[in-house]
Amino acid sequence: MYEKNGEKYFVVDSHMHFWNAGPDNWVPGAEQYAKGWIECFHAYQSLAPKETHWPIEKFMSYTEDDLMKDVFEDGYVDVAIFQPTYLKEWYTEGFNTTEKNAALGEKHPGMFVHNTRFDPRDGDAGLEELKRNVDRYGSRGVKLYTAEWNAGSRGYKLTDPAAYTYLAKAQELGIKNIHVHKGPTIWPLDKDAFDVADVDHAATDFPELNFIVEHVGLPRIEDFCFMATQEPNVYAGLSVVIGGLMHARPRFFAKVMGELLFWVGEDKMTFGSDYGIWEPKWQIEGFVDWEFPDDPEFADYPRLGIDGKKKILGLNAATLYDLKVPDELQLKEEAPAAQDDSKLVSS
Amino acid sequence: MTAVATERDRVLDALGAVRDPELDEPITTLGFVSTCVVSAAGDVVVRLRLPTYFCAPNFAFLMVADAYDVVAALPAVRSVDVALEDHFAAAQINAGVALRAGFVASFDGEATAELDELRRTFVAKAVLAGTDQVCRPLVASGIDPAGVARLTIADVPPSPELDRLLRRRTELGLPAGPDAPLLVDVGTGAAIAGAAAARHLGLARLTRTGIEANTGICRGMLKHRYAESGAGEEEQG
Repeated sequence: MYEKNGEKYFVVDSHMHFWNAGPDNWVPGAEQYAKGWIECFHAYQSLAPKETHWPIEKFMSYTEDDLMKDVFEDGYVDVAIFQPTYLKEWYTEGFNTTEKNAALGEKHPGMFVHNTRFDPRDGDAGLEELKRNVDRYGSRGVKLYTAEWNAGSRGYKLTDPAAYTYLAKAQELGIKNIHVHKGPTIWPLDKDAFDVADVDHAATDFPELNFIVEHVGLPRIEDFCFMATQEPNVYAGLSVVIGGLMHARPRFFAKVMGELLFWVGEDKMTFGSDYGIWEPKWQIEGFVDWEFPDDPEFADYPRLGIDGKKKILGLNAATLYDLKVPDELQLKEEAPAAQDDSKLVSS
Repeated sequence: MTAVATERDRVLDALGAVRDPELDEPITTLGFVSTCVVSAAGDVVVRLRLPTYFCAPNFAFLMVADAYDVVAALPAVRSVDVALEDHFAAAQINAGVALRAGFVASFDGEATAELDELRRTFVAKAVLAGTDQVCRPLVASGIDPAGVARLTIADVPPSPELDRLLRRRTELGLPAGPDAPLLVDVGTGAAIAGAAAARHLGLARLTRTGIEANTGICRGMLKHRYAESGAGEEEQG
């Protein structure tokens, strides 16, 4: 819970990690990829305030104590949602697996949500693993990284027939939330790997599932926003937007927030720190204080008030995951009937 | 010495015509040229670098291939050695470009087509972003979107932003003459009119915001990765 000026914010960190990316976990022969991946993540951390930067050694292998302090003690987070990313071609035990997350989470009942993942190229064995993970960890959400390398394949699209098989199975198992993270490679390599058209199709064909597009589709914010206006079950995951822009590029941050508020709306945006890339503390403090610059360039964008910030920081994700929110942290009164911020421009 | 330095400037100038297709900015000003060396005999060595080890290989290929082409086209160049460094697909890209092999052959089995369509998609985005650059001052001056849609190119005061927009439209084969409508569909070239104008301008603003935000992140990542400025790089605030 974060409190500022008498207002109390229920905080759900809807996108965070507990990884091991140290050399002890690098697959022999694939060291350059394991190293390249974590160095790339570390470069993202450089976009945060300097006093929150970590040396690469800590960044590769932060501890359980680091996480509990940064996320909960110092970071105001009430509930954190683990988003696993496996990358087993590069990391021997996986970069950040359901099991590793759950081993930590199970020590702290009520503080974590254990999402799992699937890879549609894993065939029947993958479907069974998905079922085992849902049964064992109670997962209600999955994280999908479409650029994952898998046995010679450089990635997949959500519209691949196998992906539909997995989505149908996930839904049958009780999964509600699909967190999609795009990366630089898919098959075929001549297509734009960051294109979100496949999410659009899947969201239409699986209307009972929610699709949270992480990093708001960055680097394709425009494609994402345009899609999200048309699909009621598509959400904007703000990891990277707040962490990567709010401090380093405040004017671009304001513009991106303005576009998201206009096209997507405050009811469908969710905060995620992307820890251990960025600590949640400075992001939450800065976001609660944030206002549009006083400049005509920003005058047309919808405003974001305290209630909107409460929704984005926690209440929206709490709804997606059926998390219990204490009464005192709910919105003070029912928001006026659906203020429709996300509409197409018309004249 | 002076002659060699001048030759290097000509090579850097030529590299300034190579753009990052996603960001629509020259690779020189973005800081992507780490090395540019020209010998007295006309042997050119260019090294390129990107913000991350995992930047998308298709865009990386386009930049390396384009850099090779613009340098090779210069007079008085005897040999060309262009290579990408510190990238997961550098070996494949560099070998393919050096052999003039094309993308499909360079990524055997991983690609089904050359990159022309991908390039077109991003020039179309650049046209939209450029439309916002040109039209936002018009809207700020009080012209409503439908009014903007009634303007032709000749109605707009000259500016570097307008020149750039027209170059991008020409690249895509979209109408770019003085009588052409200011707002055109980036797919068909048809005029945008009436009620569709506000939506078109909204998409233009959104597209520009997306590209600018990416550029900001890429610059930040490159700066973390490499302490030294690139050849021809412009410092950004």
